Amino acid sequence: MAFLELQNLHRDFGTVKALDGIEIKLGEGEFLSLLGPSGCGKTTALRIVAGFDRPDEGRVVVDGRDVTHVSPNKRDMGMVFQAYSLFPNMTAAQNVEYGLRIRRQDKSARRKRVDDLLELVGLGNAGNRYPHQLSGGMQQRVALARALAIEPRVLLLDEPLSALDAKVRVQLREEIRRIQLELGITTLYVTHDQEEALSVSDHVAVMYRGRIEQMGSPAEMYSAPGTPFVAEFIGTMNRLEGTVVEGGVDHGGRRLTIAAAGDRPRGQRVLVLVRPESVEVTQANGSGGGNTLVGDVVTQTFLGPVTRLKIVGDGVDVIADVPTQKALALPVGTRVAATVPADGAQLLELKEDLPVVAEEELPAGR
Amino acid sequence: MKPRRFIAPSALPWLLLAAIYFLVPLIATLLFSLKSNQTGKCCTVANYSWVIHNGDFWHTLKISFLLALETIVISLLLFVPTIYWVHLKLPKLRPVIAFLALIPFVVPPIVMVVGLLRFFKGSPDWFYAKPWGFLAGAYVILAFPYMFFSLDAGFRSIDVHTLTEASQSLGARWTTTLVKVILPNIRAAALAGSFLTLAIVMGEFTIANLAAFKTFPIFIQLVNETQGFPAGALTLLSFGITWAAMLSLLLVGRKRGARGAIVPATR
Repeated sequence: MAFLELQNLHRDFGTVKALDGIEIKLGEGEFLSLLGPSGCGKTTALRIVAGFDRPDEGRVVVDGRDVTHVSPNKRDMGMVFQAYSLFPNMTAAQNVEYGLRIRRQDKSARRKRVDDLLELVGLGNAGNRYPHQLSGGMQQRVALARALAIEPRVLLLDEPLSALDAKVRVQLREEIRRIQLELGITTLYVTHDQEEALSVSDHVAVMYRGRIEQMGSPAEMYSAPGTPFVAEFIGTMNRLEGTVVEGGVDHGGRRLTIAAAGDRPRGQRVLVLVRPESVEVTQANGSGGGNTLVGDVVTQTFLGPVTRLKIVGDGVDVIADVPTQKALALPVGTRVAATVPADGAQLLELKEDLPVVAEEELPAGR
Repeated sequence: MKPRRFIAPSALPWLLLAAIYFLVPLIATLLFSLKSNQTGKCCTVANYSWVIHNGDFWHTLKISFLLALETIVISLLLFVPTIYWVHLKLPKLRPVIAFLALIPFVVPPIVMVVGLLRFFKGSPDWFYAKPWGFLAGAYVILAFPYMFFSLDAGFRSIDVHTLTEASQSLGARWTTTLVKVILPNIRAAALAGSFLTLAIVMGEFTIANLAAFKTFPIFIQLVNETQGFPAGALTLLSFGITWAAMLSLLLVGRKRGARGAIVPATR
């Protein structure tokens, strides 16, 4: 049975539909990330679960009990905010102790719990420091310990890493996951960083314009995106529009052999999705044809072990990841042949026009 | 942290100029107050002794000081929760309140006191005829801008929303949040507002005079008109007493808690 349920949540802000029928079921001890561009409604959903906002319609159910109209201080939910949420007048230990003092726990039990939690988040020695004496990463560790201190039924994290350096971010997200697994606490995590969501979650729900576009395991989301938006948002994807023909797809007059096209009706408008790492790139000799698209390398982006090439030609615009060593032989301006694998491509039916995703809605770093 | 010099050398001339500006009148008053009231010659402490042994001095000083404390307490009780609520729930109301807070600056005290006297005429004696009622009420209005802008700055320097929500999610009611989380973090602002209020009430003349209450400034004015050299002594004493009061307020306000309360969170 689901431990945390969001049932048909609707929330409007004026004319903007922040939430448009959100349905989520999360089992006890599971970790779900709400992932999406800014303004997609993920934070609104989290705030409704926390009790800081009320839905216009729908219910929040925790362990079988409807908590939609329960005030936030009676919900037993631990929350970690983006930043600056530690009480500046209290030391790290006092911050962690705060919720226990509110619950009038006895002093020695409180002390013990505070020590244990600071130890758990790796700050055993920093209990006496004030927030302004701690780094951003340490502050978020204290905030996590503080949220866990009250033994919450659900842990809510609202982009807790977004104000931190890249390196600290990676380190801390792994630790959040370790602690979550150790305590077996049901967790809802909001982020706009797909890498973060994919790396720590049991389930990922991609949100767009107040709706859940797709929900699934990180591997499912990556390998089988269910909608064009998810395909665009999770990882990087080549998207080629076309029509299903016998044994493949017609893409701008070019016939691509695609295994997945076999079981689709002819004439269906589809989107061919190909991950950049699946595209095979060689130096061009000839004009291409079939699954081979010919074009010039217009940019090279160094990504460490691989280098990303943008290849543009007549009716061709694809990106491909090639091993960096190999990319050295393909400098900008080289004429190359990019081959789309027949069985490495996925098809999505294109019901309406392709959504135009605004630049700011896409994850950073793309 | 690298060691910092206490004062930059380039600031010294300005500091000196400021010191002269403030100290010269004080020294002149001091010299004046040391002259004998009978002979006009230096130097005697008779004027100070006259002031200290004057019953009215202590009586009016006590009234003004208690009035100041009353005004501070009422203002804090009234404005801290109000401004907190406005910052939290009604941010659109802030400009309205800021505008209202300017009214005591714009309306001359004489207009205000005449209006207040008329408005409260016929109210019960315990309010209308006592400084603790009518005068304290008028002083709360007078101190409103100082209290409001100090507190408002304090509330702006902290993240009221996040701190409140963090506290709520940990189980606290909003009253607990206000007392345990918000108040300690705006203490510096509340202290600043309180200092200004103290200074205003200790020196307010127009309203007290027109409403016929005998407060400390009224006594100073009376001495000024009737006695020569003791007025100088009185001025210096009142100056010292007000400063001592502020210092004690500072000490009381700073006693509990730690420096964390004064230093805002790292942003």
